[in-house]
Amino acid sequence: MYRIINKRDLSENIFLIDVEAPWVTNKCLPGQFVIVRVDKKGERIPLTICDYSKTNGTVTLVVQIIGATTLKMSKLSVGDCLEDIAGPLGNPSELISNVAAANDKKIVFVAGGVGAAPVFPQVKHLSEKGVRSDVIIGAKTKNLVILESEMKKYAENVYVCTDDGSYGFKGLVTNKISELVNNGKNYDICVAIGPVIMMKFVSELTEKLGITQIVSMNPIMVDGTGMCGACRLTVGEEVKFACVDGPEFDGHKVDFDECLKRLTLYKTDEGRAYLKEKEGLSHHGGCGLCGGEND
Amino acid sequence: MIDKTKRVPINEQPAEKRAKNFEEVCLGYTDEEAVAESERCLNCKNKPCVSGCPVGIDIPSFIKEIKEKNFNKAYEIISENSSLPAVCGRVCPQETQCEGKCVRGLKGDAISIGKLERFVADKATESGFAPALNVKKNGKKVAVIGSGPSGLSCAGELAKAGYDVTVFEALHEFGGVLTYGIPEFRLPKEKVVLKEIEKLKKYGVVFEKNVLIGKSVTIDELMQNDGFAAVFIGSGAGLPRFMGIEGESAKGVFSANEFLTRNNLMRAFDENSDTPIFKAKEVIVVGGGNVAMDAARTALRLGSDVTVVYRRGEEELPARKEEVCHAKEEGVKFEFLRNPVRILTDENDFVTGVEVIGMTLGEPDQSGRRKPVEIKGSEKIIEADCVIMSLGTSPNPLIAASTKGLETNARKCIVANEACATSRAGVFAGGDAVTGAATVILAMSAGKRAARAIDEYLKNF
Repeated sequence: MYRIINKRDLSENIFLIDVEAPWVTNKCLPGQFVIVRVDKKGERIPLTICDYSKTNGTVTLVVQIIGATTLKMSKLSVGDCLEDIAGPLGNPSELISNVAAANDKKIVFVAGGVGAAPVFPQVKHLSEKGVRSDVIIGAKTKNLVILESEMKKYAENVYVCTDDGSYGFKGLVTNKISELVNNGKNYDICVAIGPVIMMKFVSELTEKLGITQIVSMNPIMVDGTGMCGACRLTVGEEVKFACVDGPEFDGHKVDFDECLKRLTLYKTDEGRAYLKEKEGLSHHGGCGLCGGEND
Repeated sequence: MIDKTKRVPINEQPAEKRAKNFEEVCLGYTDEEAVAESERCLNCKNKPCVSGCPVGIDIPSFIKEIKEKNFNKAYEIISENSSLPAVCGRVCPQETQCEGKCVRGLKGDAISIGKLERFVADKATESGFAPALNVKKNGKKVAVIGSGPSGLSCAGELAKAGYDVTVFEALHEFGGVLTYGIPEFRLPKEKVVLKEIEKLKKYGVVFEKNVLIGKSVTIDELMQNDGFAAVFIGSGAGLPRFMGIEGESAKGVFSANEFLTRNNLMRAFDENSDTPIFKAKEVIVVGGGNVAMDAARTALRLGSDVTVVYRRGEEELPARKEEVCHAKEEGVKFEFLRNPVRILTDENDFVTGVEVIGMTLGEPDQSGRRKPVEIKGSEKIIEADCVIMSLGTSPNPLIAASTKGLETNARKCIVANEACATSRAGVFAGGDAVTGAATVILAMSAGKRAARAIDEYLKNF
């Protein structure tokens, strides 16, 4: 079974769990993800692997509460079990499967919000192979900054940015990249993981700066094995499936606008399920989300 | 006087009722009806029906047992050759197989062999009857990849022959296409699919879910580290095709696989399920196979107005006649000889319609079917807020990519001979992973052939 053996809150709505999943830890590498189902009625959601211990047979998952499923998951405690974890899915990061290529390169990781979770194992893995990289962590506000101290153990430099200036640099991650480059940083490769809108703007900037850009896409998925095509996106001229062709792609080729549109497909339905979960049967509209009393 | 040229009619949920629920369409024969139908069988000496059955069930013999009300005996006879009778009785294309060869069919209706098979299987499930098995374990381990029809039939045969069989499934439920693809109203999951899997568990087959071969573990590791002496690949053809037309990434365009998986595997139709499904007013299903019919009838049951757009004519529909007939009765509309050229969207990228072009049938192509040709200037727009692409599927390349020396062809299908042997010693393959998308029964027959070949191969170990 997929037993939770450790759990801690990273911020108000982000938590970390270590879960037993030996079939996953036997083989997993940074960049890969798992598909999780909380309970028998649960949907299948993709979660990126944040860390893993082959000796304990556990994977570390970092979860942001954004819908009914993640809310349910947040209510589980140590000793409880998840219904399903399948994986590892997707391809390992390019920098991981080809460390030699990363060896003499200057690498900057850009982690937006909960995107710090998938960035962390890459930074750690590279550091263990002797490659020290810079990390920029971006968040809306101070208490949403996660994994900073963990990152510091393995990165050359860690720069924190908050939108409201409550901690670290005040401004967007793109502002920070520009500042660092203007001050003489000479990055060859940028790896950005976070909200699609952030990855879009980072990619636009690095294209101008002539920096190779890798992004990790996390679109709507069902099976995660290449079966349904829900996660399709356009990269260059080609349609790719994030689950089997990715999740990492060349950020200068991804059609981010299309991804942004596709992400809103179930927005209302997800919101409804969340409210139903949170407020039970007492919710009959009026929230501005669910579509009103006649729902 | 009973007219022996006519089948005993079978009870179905009325079209207007079933179009609003997901319960099974066909209600099955009663004992009396089954016996009456079996009495029409001529018990021909040369058994043409058996030659039409991919797994070679002794059809006249099991029908004879129904005549004599020995339903358990009938089940035993079917079980000698088929591991999934309750499934096959429901989803086999009998009209082109056993029933297509039935002598009764020359002048009148063929015997309802499929419906009788289903009757016998359901009877056994109800009474809890299982044929006695005398399995002598031989201590040899075989891994079966995929728990769809080919995997289940291979696992069943191998278990009966004494092997320790482990079935690996990538999803969280077993059954493969029987679970994620074929809808509840055609193949009930709890009543039929789960029961068949329980039966295999009783034979000692071990089932492992959430294990994706090629990612969680490779075939080489299974054979080198985990002691599996042979492997059967029955991973199916799960990769959906799209048309490559404008607007295909719009919101409201789905592969039939996604739409059906959300509904069948994830049970999105049930309001207790957390999985969302796009609720559309007007759905266009593109394609004419059984999967297209399943998608159309599923969308209809979710409350949509549904039109199937197919590029050839009604005569050319690859779907089973019974499915087309059921779809029509339920209110699915058809636009034949039309093909989408682009999908129209609004400013938020939601689908608003499909532009289709008229087609005519030209010269036969390589498949022998007449090739559809576009009629210039015949474009028209059909309004819709959802498009479901049901254009066929191809095998998932994951296993081939992670297994050294496993040969595949240009269509990404694993190359295997008649005995299901691949280019790798000890590795066998069958079903859609080898043939490309085909039927449940052909996959089952491959699984069975593979089991025999594996048994032959391992005898020398």
